[in-house]
Amino acid sequence: MSGPPIAARGLGKRYGEIVAVDSVDLTVEPGDVFGYLGPNGAGKTTSLRMMLGLIRPTEGSVELFGRDPLIDGAKALDGVAGFVEGPRFYPYLSGRRNLELLAAYDEPDSRSRIGEVLELVDLADRAKDRVGGYSHGMKQRLGIASALLRQPRLLLLDEPTTGLDPAGMRDMRDFVRRLAGEGITVLLSSHLLGEVEELCNRVAIVSKGAIVYEGALAELLARASTGYRLRSTEPERARMVCLSQQGIDGVELVAGELRFQADEDAVAALSVALGQARIGVTALVPETASLEELFLGLTEDEPDDDAEEAVA
Amino acid sequence: MSAVVKVYRWEMFKLFAQKRTYLGLGAAMLVPVIFVVVLLLQSGGPNDVPLGRYVRETGLVAPFLVLFFMSIWGLPLITALVAGDIVAAESHNGTLKTILTRSRERGQIFAAKVLASFSYVIAVVFAMGFVGFVAGSLAFGFHPLTSLSGTKVSAWHGLVLLGASLGVYVLPLAGVAAFGLMLSTVTRNSAASVVGTLMFALLMQLLGVLPGTESFRPYLLGTQFDAWHGFLRVPADFAPVTRAVWVCALYTIVPLFAAYLVFLRRDVAGD
Repeated sequence: MSGPPIAARGLGKRYGEIVAVDSVDLTVEPGDVFGYLGPNGAGKTTSLRMMLGLIRPTEGSVELFGRDPLIDGAKALDGVAGFVEGPRFYPYLSGRRNLELLAAYDEPDSRSRIGEVLELVDLADRAKDRVGGYSHGMKQRLGIASALLRQPRLLLLDEPTTGLDPAGMRDMRDFVRRLAGEGITVLLSSHLLGEVEELCNRVAIVSKGAIVYEGALAELLARASTGYRLRSTEPERARMVCLSQQGIDGVELVAGELRFQADEDAVAALSVALGQARIGVTALVPETASLEELFLGLTEDEPDDDAEEAVA
Repeated sequence: MSAVVKVYRWEMFKLFAQKRTYLGLGAAMLVPVIFVVVLLLQSGGPNDVPLGRYVRETGLVAPFLVLFFMSIWGLPLITALVAGDIVAAESHNGTLKTILTRSRERGQIFAAKVLASFSYVIAVVFAMGFVGFVAGSLAFGFHPLTSLSGTKVSAWHGLVLLGASLGVYVLPLAGVAAFGLMLSTVTRNSAASVVGTLMFALLMQLLGVLPGTESFRPYLLGTQFDAWHGFLRVPADFAPVTRAVWVCALYTIVPLFAAYLVFLRRDVAGD
């Protein structure tokens, strides 16, 4: 197998007039914990379905480790595991039986790992109970167990914490963090910004089926730096100093606080100048947009639920 | 091939882990018992059906009569309950996407589902025949059987004829199962598939009794439920059996092929 864990090129899915996914170009590199971020109905789940070969793209292609599910069939899923729209199991079978069934559907048969993965997700004690009696959180954990059976190198998780209580969400995030720590590449589809910010090193933000940003999360946040705020003992004099400094732009005095745009070197020079002018500085802080502000800015006019609802 | 066998085993396991499976199987085994008990409680018999007048001569007749009565809607319904549900239920429950994201090809999973449906049909027919034979023999003894030609055949020969008849009886039910599988795959709706399959089977029966259908009646699926009559003639008449083989093959292969193509290409989204 060669190629990156995920490489989507011009990937698209249309349902008549409705564009569910619009020419998605995406590369997930080995070791990434990649956040696939977008509001409800943005096309995240449809994209994941195409990646897993569950639905056929109407345009473009997607390859997992260099293999296209449309061409290579189930072989394209070697080393790949995950679930879309929550894991689903046979409610009339026990958790263990469900895993035995899925192990028999794996190549090679992963039956020998069942005990281990049940212990890992803390379901060993309930393994003999029917899944129909499991809580939502237990089903999510069984979903992780079923994915781990395959010893994946790539894990695709669609909203894994949806519907979980705070403790369940914490546990799920710990799982993802632990798996990432073991070198498993993770694609995490989510609309929970905190979750993505906490877990992911790279993100793609999708809006109305199209990707509006793809890259490192840190870069995105850094790019969104909007300026600085300055509080001083003498705001008016400080404003005059700011205006006299090179590289300090857009100086405004608002409610006794100065706001301006500048790069780091100019800010360093300003702090020296303020000291030389014997102006006391009580605060000089960068203003950075939160991921939430960035997300809303990039996906404005959302949500557009029509597309993905049409899929369902 | 071994992959299909593996998946088939689990399809059978799933089948026999569900109550509806036992509902159909139980009904198929209960009907012959009820039939024999009713015969014991009253005099006479169903004289207007093949072998009906000989029902009290030997226990071998009871399963043949049950075959006759169950062909109208009983066994098609039992078949539809499984074949109409086997793909649609997985679509509805979301488990289809679970198994399609493992290492088995869609074709292997479809083949296993077809085999499981046919296995169920065979199990139902032979269980019904066996229970009918045991109940009939307990009530009326294990004696020589009067054939449809009026000649007697030994009890053991009659038992072999029963086995062969059950085997041929499976063929039209395979056609019903194939139609059910097709509806199950295409509609993704269990109720619509079960009802649609039963309607199809009833329509085939109805066409067989309507005036003016004589020219194509031999090629209707419903007609093939009577193919076993050929075994009960002396000498045996293999023409209806041979016709049942190829007619039922057509009724089976065409919908299965259509279902296979749909299953291979279908989008598995949230149903």
